[in-house]
Amino acid sequence: MIPVQASADYRLSHLEELESESIHIFREVVAELERPVLMFSGGKDSIVMLRLAEKAFYPARLPFPLLQVDTGLDFPEVLQTRDNWVERLGARLVVASVEEAIATGVVVDDGKTSRNRMQTATLLDAIETHGFTAAFGGGRRDEEKARAKERVYSHRDEFGQWDPKNQRPELWSLYNGRLHEGEHMRIFPLSNWTELDIWHYIAREGIEIPSIYFAHQRRVFERDGMLLSEHPANPCRDGEVVTERTVRFRTVGDLTLTGCVESPATTLDEIVEEVSVARVTERGATRGDDRFSEAAMEDRKKEGYF
Amino acid sequence: MDLLRFATAGSVDDGKSTLIGRLLLDSKAIFEDQLEAVEATSNAKGYDYTDLALLTDGLRSEREQGITIDVAYRYFATPRRKFIIADTPGHVQYTRNMVTGASTADLGLVLVDARQGLTEQSRRHAVLLSLLRVPHLVLAVNKMDLVGFDQGVFERIRQEFVTFTQRLNVPDLAVIPISALQGDNVVTRSDAMPWYEGSSLMHHLENVHIASDRDLRDVRFPVQYVVRPKSDEHHDYRGYAGQVASGVLKPGDEVMVLPSGLTSRIAAIDSFTEQVEEAFPPMSVVVRLEDDLDVSRGDMICRVNNAPEPTQDVDAMVCWMTREPLRPRQKLAIKHTTRSARALVKDIQYRLDINTLHRDGDTRELGLNEIGRVTLRTTQQLLVDPYEQNRTTGSFILIDEATGTTVGAGMIN
Ligand SMILES: Nc1nc2c(ncn2[C@@H]2O[C@H](COP(=O)(O)OP(=O)(O)O)[C@@H](O)[C@H]2O)c(=O)[nH]1
Repeated sequence: MIPVQASADYRLSHLEELESESIHIFREVVAELERPVLMFSGGKDSIVMLRLAEKAFYPARLPFPLLQVDTGLDFPEVLQTRDNWVERLGARLVVASVEEAIATGVVVDDGKTSRNRMQTATLLDAIETHGFTAAFGGGRRDEEKARAKERVYSHRDEFGQWDPKNQRPELWSLYNGRLHEGEHMRIFPLSNWTELDIWHYIAREGIEIPSIYFAHQRRVFERDGMLLSEHPANPCRDGEVVTERTVRFRTVGDLTLTGCVESPATTLDEIVEEVSVARVTERGATRGDDRFSEAAMEDRKKEGYF
Repeated sequence: MDLLRFATAGSVDDGKSTLIGRLLLDSKAIFEDQLEAVEATSNAKGYDYTDLALLTDGLRSEREQGITIDVAYRYFATPRRKFIIADTPGHVQYTRNMVTGASTADLGLVLVDARQGLTEQSRRHAVLLSLLRVPHLVLAVNKMDLVGFDQGVFERIRQEFVTFTQRLNVPDLAVIPISALQGDNVVTRSDAMPWYEGSSLMHHLENVHIASDRDLRDVRFPVQYVVRPKSDEHHDYRGYAGQVASGVLKPGDEVMVLPSGLTSRIAAIDSFTEQVEEAFPPMSVVVRLEDDLDVSRGDMICRVNNAPEPTQDVDAMVCWMTREPLRPRQKLAIKHTTRSARALVKDIQYRLDINTLHRDGDTRELGLNEIGRVTLRTTQQLLVDPYEQNRTTGSFILIDEATGTTVGAGMIN
């Protein structure tokens, strides 16, 4: 046999390799699992996921719907971006509303439970109601210690729970999607991406993300070392003062819990620059829900959080 | 910038977590809040120094026991490369985790404590990495500070390891003396060991040549999914989506589709909205053929006179991953490339003692974390290559049909 003369060096860049791996995962899931859905928050990770899904099946349309858990407290800019993506791709969007889940008694709002907890219950209810067997999530292993050990195919029992002690071994690129009645799989196509990879990819693809990721003027106040938005649903407590600052968001979620950082970065290049030298994790900086304890994330994951 | 995946192995206390913590810290993959948390914990525990190992301890239950018991993936990047570490526990009862971590690795990093030298464990790690055909191996002789940075100690360990690996299939080996705790030879060359003339660990990781590890000759394209838009705009579009396992595909190439054996030519290779001139591993693309053949998931596109072997009789090294042992006559589900079938265990030829490489032919079963040579009969033809030639078309997983869990990993002989 004559060896191929390498005309080029036949190497992919790390971003191309990550992209290829993620596309492989999307196709594998759609080929093997019956009713997939993509959990779409409108945040940067879920947008990158959606872009990869678009590429995986092009020129066909997405072979699965998008599922958004509407907390009722989402940033309007994020909802706008969501709608633009849905329209451009001609995708089907399923909205699971926390407010509705409260109204119908699926979740209980006792005033002590955080919106994120209620979001988990709403999500699990939607998965069950629609009979979804695979839910794509934008989680990355670099985000948090508990995620570092999570599989790409993460098995959930009938209660939607994750059992970290009992995960299936995951070898090569041979994913095991076997399920029993009532169980489902969480699929994490971005497992091997880092925050910086995500930003590089958004810049490379030139895709739309919510405007609040870029620096803008916002009325904010400080709470527990975080900058939160002024909003009727999130009244200031004693001693908290609202000021107008130039800020941007590093993650998007429930607006009463998601903090922003002071930043002058108005372009993707400036954001990449800023993230490259950032000294605090995106969750540490801006997610109130993860800061209660070191093990907070692990606990919420066991219950079936994203 | 390209990507290097490596797996780390070491016995408890050899300093693996400390080393990984240092690699992450020195490449700025650790953030202030993470470091502060670890500093606080170190203080609270009354340590004299910051225990970098805490940075990489995963789940709480493991934290409580103070050991790592599952594969954890970590990420860092330098201006030259992005790295993915599969951090695997070293103990024999976690062989399956190490096999998992090694399955995707370009490089294996084995750690030993300079005071102890090679142990049964370090030999086993080398055996597993060679069994999984990890093309590059690094032995890091750690805690050199505790042996006075002595060249003699290092040389003895190096010699012994080189001799041992001659019995294995290790194409590329580097041995590096380090102190993970103090940083010697981790990122920069150490002044304390002027006798060492090789590169630092980080320099080695950044420069090890992985491009030629891929097989660009034998075309193997397992069909994953058939793309048929069924839209007005793309009415007649029919493309075969997949990830190139090996070889280079080009439009115009004459190809054969297995198992049917029908031939055609590549009409175009699509990558999203673009058409590419060439597809090579590990690109995910969509291949279109000139003729309208009946091609579906599980089929394989290859070249006419260079094809994998279609077979229902599989002879493989199997690593068993569950408590209930593997026995002859057992029926399992098997997944090989994009093809799924059922498999019957015909025979267990021998169990491999991964410490001594001794083959025990009297065995009737394989227990958890044991590795043996097994013959299987499958319900459908699989399109296989020997694992030593192709890590994608030579590997498979075994699934318990009742529980649905992955119970075995196989490498075809
Ligand atoms: N003196 C010295 N101690 C080290 C070195 N590397 C690790 N250690 C110590 O060895 C112990 C075990 O290290 P750790 O990283 O937890 O080991 P692991 O079990 O392999 O992850 C800890 O007390 C470390 O501080 C080294 O290079 N020199």
